[in-house]
This record gives sequence, structure tokens and C-alpha cells, in this order.
Amino acid sequence: MSVLVYVEQAEGKFKKSVFEAVSYAKAIADQQSTHLTAISIGNVAESELKELGKYGASKVLNVSNDQLKTFVNQAYASVIANAAEKEGAHIVVLSNSFSGKGLAPRIAVKLKAGLADGAVELPKTDAGNFAVKKTAFSGKAFAITELTSANKVIALNPNAFGVKENATDASIENFTADVKQSDLGTVIKDIVRATDKVSLPDAEIVVSAGRGLKGPENWGMIEELAGLLGAATACSKPVSDADWRPHSEHVGQTGIAISPNLYIAIGISGAIQHLAGVSSSKVIVVINKDPEAPFFKVADYGIVGDAFEVVPKLIEALKAHKG
Amino acid sequence: MKILVCISNVPDTTTKITFTNDNTEFNTAGVQYIVNPYDEIALSRAIELTEGGKGTVTVINVGEAATDPTIRKALAIGADDAVRVNAVPRDAYFVAKQIAEYAKDKDFNIILTGRESIDYNGNQVAAMVGEFLDIPSISIVKKLDVDGDSATIEREIEGGKEVITVSGKFVASCAEGVAEPKIPNMRGIMSARTKPLNVVEAVSIEEVTKVTKYETPAPRGTVKLIPAEQSEQLISLLHSEAKVI
Repeated sequence: MSVLVYVEQAEGKFKKSVFEAVSYAKAIADQQSTHLTAISIGNVAESELKELGKYGASKVLNVSNDQLKTFVNQAYASVIANAAEKEGAHIVVLSNSFSGKGLAPRIAVKLKAGLADGAVELPKTDAGNFAVKKTAFSGKAFAITELTSANKVIALNPNAFGVKENATDASIENFTADVKQSDLGTVIKDIVRATDKVSLPDAEIVVSAGRGLKGPENWGMIEELAGLLGAATACSKPVSDADWRPHSEHVGQTGIAISPNLYIAIGISGAIQHLAGVSSSKVIVVINKDPEAPFFKVADYGIVGDAFEVVPKLIEALKAHKG
Repeated sequence: MKILVCISNVPDTTTKITFTNDNTEFNTAGVQYIVNPYDEIALSRAIELTEGGKGTVTVINVGEAATDPTIRKALAIGADDAVRVNAVPRDAYFVAKQIAEYAKDKDFNIILTGRESIDYNGNQVAAMVGEFLDIPSISIVKKLDVDGDSATIEREIEGGKEVITVSGKFVASCAEGVAEPKIPNMRGIMSARTKPLNVVEAVSIEEVTKVTKYETPAPRGTVKLIPAEQSEQLISLLHSEAKVI
């Protein structure tokens, strides 16, 4: 009875959120007194596959069928469920990334498994059950979800569980998957990825701005501050509705929920729907010229001031700090 | 073209979320319910794709009679008819099974849902319906165009998007950007009362999850205010005290 972790690759490499999923799966394997197997699908070099051993995978199944080079959730779900059955793995873990969200539910149906999507903690098994804490109500609460089926699938939120080293010698095994033609119904025509920006769901630091910035032309200082911090940029709903910034930056109840280590909110009042999206941030900084802005009630640090004066000062201070 | 849109009944976005019964149940007292915002986007796109006689839109909901007003809102927005599977939507697996069971012998070309419901944030139903019906599913779609029997879809990925084509039947979960949510007009609201709303029985399926308790986020401490004239202090505090930079 092992634990199986699906390690999502992009351009042959694993991201930090994938190593987090491996660390998390290893911790579960330890809880269950068993070992951890990883499954990778696509063209990944052996040296990169070996990296998975650093985080506790003792075996890596390398699926390199030509037809599976690009992501098709239907086919990938078949392969992963098949591998879980062959390995006798009743627990399957993966990262709750955009692809993971489309993949985990299909794996769950194949395995007749309960799925805890958006997990933020290790499972608790003390009451003889298997309960996972996951986010709910778009960041306003957590739901302790018991997975009552024999098989279980867990999709771990990025930045919820750190990367933990647990050096193991990983043996790489080629896994030939049976692929049904009918599982390959979607064809990728193009992938557009801004490689110079930090991706928002994975970001450890986020610089976010709202209507207080008055117009899209004023975002230069936000991008400069984000650049200096190695941060992703985000915005409030009115800003994305007005098309000042892309929808993908909209953080909030009807946008995305994030949990960075540091969230800096500039010119955002802090409506309940926006707060829902950032409530799991470790440290929140609020900069707003209105001292009554609701956001200050949930901030760790705050500056009551004009963003156009404060942000340049922060940029200067950061340059000095780094220099 | 026949499109099935799955809608769920959720607390509106201004709701302060609290729990009762020793934190085991969501407190519904005084809560206003709405069509899940992402499902509204899916419904709006379905209407755009079928208007002018190009097809029909059916909405399906899994819920008890109390959700009928929300279903009528969807009819007011412009769906042609509605189906309610009479059961408590106990989890995504159960809901997806009901939808798949209803859809399997009907000739829907496309099944749409919102990317997630704002109460459980599952992101699960669309992909599960796809798996139960053994058809492709695409999650978190930003753009959906249909040309005859094939569709061109953009889905969101970290830092960008993937452009995909699919032929034949599929399920897609819609995110912001797929369509502007349609506002029901007077005619829509009037006709919603008489459009068909059929109630069907649920099929049984094994239980796979159970929410045993809820928790609210731990309250944060009081804010440490830094005078605007000394903004630069923030940087050193974030570095040495908070240790986040």
C-alpha cells in the first residue's frame, strides 16, 4: 500500500509547488508507514526525475509515451489511476494547480475516491478516519473533510505546505501506459506563457493594487515594486472589471484565492469579497489614504498615506536594502 | 445545438460566513441565495451561443425545493427549460453523478458549469461529469468559441493560457472572461414563471466524502501602523521582524 504523487512538469522541469506536493505525500507515506512513488508524464530528463528523491520519493514511474507528451487530463487520469492500481496505492496526491484542478476529479471518479481539493494541512487519522482540512467559502472558512472511501485523492494548495528535504535514493522505472485513442479528445494548439512574470497562484510575495491607483497608466510603480521583490502582481475586482488589469490578476471571492507569505495591498479598501481571497496570506501590508479602510482591520502592517508618495519611498528603501 | 448548464445555489458574496451546531453546519439564517456567479457566466455564454434559433439551453440543479427560486432566476436570464434533481447536493461526486445520469441519454452537445462554486470551491463537477460520461473536460476556461462540430477553447494555466480544440461532446468549466453575465430583462422575468421546471429523482451512489467540521480563519492581531513619512521602515520590519523579504 504505497502513496502515489503525480508530479506535473512544464517544459521538462518541476516547479516548487510540485516539490511541495512530494514533501506532503512523503509525510503522508510516513503517517501510513509506507513508501512514496512518484509518477511523471512527458519528456523529463533523468537528472530532473532524480531530484524527486531529495523530497522522499523512493520510486519514480517515468511515462514517456509520445502521445502523452502534452497534457490531456482524460488520458493522464487513466494513466495515473492505472498506476495507482498497479502500485497498490490507495492515496494519490497532486498539486492543486490549474491542470491539477482538471485532473484530480477525473482520477477520483476512476478510483471511486473521495477528493479533498485545496488541502492546506496533512490528513488527521487519529479518530480512525482520514480527515483533510481544505479551504471553503472562497477563503472565508475551512472545511474538515473526511474521505470515507477506500481510495483517496488529495490536491494540495500551493504554498500551504513547505518544501521539506528527505533524501532518498529514487529508482527510476519506465512505465508503459496503455493509452486509449478516445482518451485523447483535446488537442493543444498553442501555449502562451509569460516566462518573465511570477505566476500568481504560486507566488510567495504578491503586490496588489486597486481603484486607489486611479488608472491603468499608474501601474508602473506597482510593477517596479513587484519586480524588486520578485513578486507577482494582483488587483481587486473593480480594477479587472474596468479592464485596467487582466482577469487572471483578480484576487477575491470571484477571482482567485491565494496564500502568499506576503501580500501588499495598495489603494484597496478591503471589501469582504476581496479579503476572502487573501485571508490565508501569512503577512498582510495595507497602504491606503483612508484610515477607516476596512482592510486595516486584517492587516499586520499598515501605512495611512497617499500611494503615490508611499510606494516610491518603498521602492527607494528596497533598492537601498538590496544594494 | 443543445447546451446543458449546471447551476448551483450559493450564499451571496456579501455573506458573513458563520456555522452552527458546534461548527458542523453552515448557518443559513438570513442568508440570501444566488446563482453561483461562475455558473451565471457559463449560462450567459450558452445563451450567446444558441440565440437566434441556433439552439436551446437547459439548466440543471441538484437541490431540494428551496432552490427553485434560484432556478427561476436562471430561466429569467434566458435558459429555455430547467431540471431539478431532487436531492441534497451532498458533495461534488454525488452532484456530478446526478448530472451525468440525466445527460447520458439526451443529446447535449456541450455541458457547461462554472469553474467552482463559491461555497465549496471544488473545481470538481465539470471534470467528474466528463469522467462519468467518458467525454473530454476542460477546466477553468477563459474563452469558448464553437464552429460547427468543433470548439476552440482557451484555458488558464500558471502565467498564461493554453489554446485547445475539441470535436464532439465535451464538458467545460467557465471562469471570468468567457462572457459578461446577462442581466434578466422584464420579459425574461415574466416568462421564467411559465418555462418548464421538471423535477426528477436522484440515483444512489456511494458516499466518498463527508464534511465533519468547519473552521473560521484565526483572527489576526492588531495592525502595526507606520507613519507615512517613515514608510521606508516597512522594508526593514518586513525583513527583520516578519522575515518575509
